[in-house]
Amino acid sequence: MRRLINQHPGRAGALGLSVLPFIVLIAAYLYCSHARLLENPGDKLLPAPSTITATIHRYAFEEDERSGEYLLWNDTAASLERLLTALAISALIGIMLGVVIGVLPYLRATFAPLLAVVSLIPPLAILPILFIVVGLGETAKITLIVIGVAPVIARDLAMRAAELPGEQIIKAQTLGASTWQLVLRVVLPQMWPRLVDSLRLTLGSAWLFLIAAEAIASTEGLGYRIFLVRRYLAMDVILPYVAWITLLAFSMDGLLRLLRAKAFAWAKVGGS
Amino acid sequence: MGQGGWLLTQVTVKRLWKEFGAQVVLENVNLHIDDHEFVTIVGASGCGKTTFLRMLLGVETPSKGQFLIDGEALPSEPGPDRGIVFQRYSLFPHLSVRQNLLLGLELAGSPLLGRLFGAKRRRALERADELLDAVGLRAAADKYPQQLSGGMQQRLSIAQSVICEPKILLLDEPFGALDPGITADMHTLIIKLWNMNKMTIFMVTHDLQESFELGTRLLVFDKVRIDPQAPDAFGATITFNIPLKGQRAKIPRIRGGEIPAAHPLTLQPSDLADDKPRDYS
Repeated sequence: MRRLINQHPGRAGALGLSVLPFIVLIAAYLYCSHARLLENPGDKLLPAPSTITATIHRYAFEEDERSGEYLLWNDTAASLERLLTALAISALIGIMLGVVIGVLPYLRATFAPLLAVVSLIPPLAILPILFIVVGLGETAKITLIVIGVAPVIARDLAMRAAELPGEQIIKAQTLGASTWQLVLRVVLPQMWPRLVDSLRLTLGSAWLFLIAAEAIASTEGLGYRIFLVRRYLAMDVILPYVAWITLLAFSMDGLLRLLRAKAFAWAKVGGS
Repeated sequence: MGQGGWLLTQVTVKRLWKEFGAQVVLENVNLHIDDHEFVTIVGASGCGKTTFLRMLLGVETPSKGQFLIDGEALPSEPGPDRGIVFQRYSLFPHLSVRQNLLLGLELAGSPLLGRLFGAKRRRALERADELLDAVGLRAAADKYPQQLSGGMQQRLSIAQSVICEPKILLLDEPFGALDPGITADMHTLIIKLWNMNKMTIFMVTHDLQESFELGTRLLVFDKVRIDPQAPDAFGATITFNIPLKGQRAKIPRIRGGEIPAAHPLTLQPSDLADDKPRDYS
């Protein structure tokens, strides 16, 4: 008998194993939902699949009676716009600060400690400040995500830039590179795939900040909807919304991974 | 000074000391190196060979004394007049083999973008491809450095340093991590490039035989004074400065010109029989 650490599932086996926990979870849900509904047909905690499907249909494919909008798509568009804007701004700030701090000793001495402190401020704790300063509009929500995500990306990239082998930096100088050329041709190109990695890692917290901001002050958005229907114990809305958010986050992660593999082939070969 | 229109490169070291805190690494080093010398540097570990090279490179500054190139003080940072080949890690992983070579020309020709376009780019590409032929890497031009064997990586690294035609080429144990079979190929290559470009080479090595075979001058770094109670109190200096026969070739200097594909110095595939691409599976 080989050791457990040396036993590997086959391709089909791995696929089956990865699906198994999902099947178990779904089966458990169906069983519990069924049992509760038998006892009390008005139970709202674990709605039946038929109720959930009906609700999804109502939210996704029927106009809302009051606003005349398709709520699910409307909420999705609003949330994604906030999230993507905030991530784009964070990526831009992150890579600029990160490279500059990683490469220029004077700016590192000036900004690295500040960045370390700022990145430790719990962003949700300063959400009230944001509401007071920039109002309850879109700016506050986007700013919250940027404050939560940008410093993390910047610190990560600063570390990655500083980790570039000294030999490379010296070599570039012996090839006549100025500081600007060094950043442009040697450091930045090697930071792009790191930026994608960094974005993937911060995606989870970006969603967290988005939903928190929407829950507190918003009139549309996925987070807003969940917290709105919570008042009516509408689990038939909350559950599909949570699944939808998860699916969105999962797809974004997958797209970023694909982008990294396609656009930065060099970063894959050799396993670096 | 001039010979064939080219400036001779002379390196002078006057009463040079290097200390790190209380530790004296080098003491009272004096040296004069003429143009087109191949200087090999040997010595025990920790005897300041690499520190000496790093000062020449411009990443360390002397504590006392002077480094002069053609009578002028050495700049305190690396520059295009002094090329370097490290043991490893000096290739750019995000650039293909050809782009790695091209980079030096692009940096020199385009201060703002670091990229060349149009006719300038075509000329630079021709130059890069000539050099790729000379170091036997034409077939691997579109690969990334990580896909090359150790020997191929070092050939690329050497070619990359030579393309900017530095007056001085510094080699820091360039072949230390290579298989013995490949090292012989590398010796052939470096001697050829040295004769083509007529540069001055400083090479730190652990291999005594290599240092005698390649060099026109051998420097031995060692400590002349040792205090057992305070091992850091005295530094090393050049204890032997031996002129050697070297392997100078009687060929026209091609610095600034093109390297013809059929040039006698062009490396033939048979020269590199032992050096195959790595098998990535």
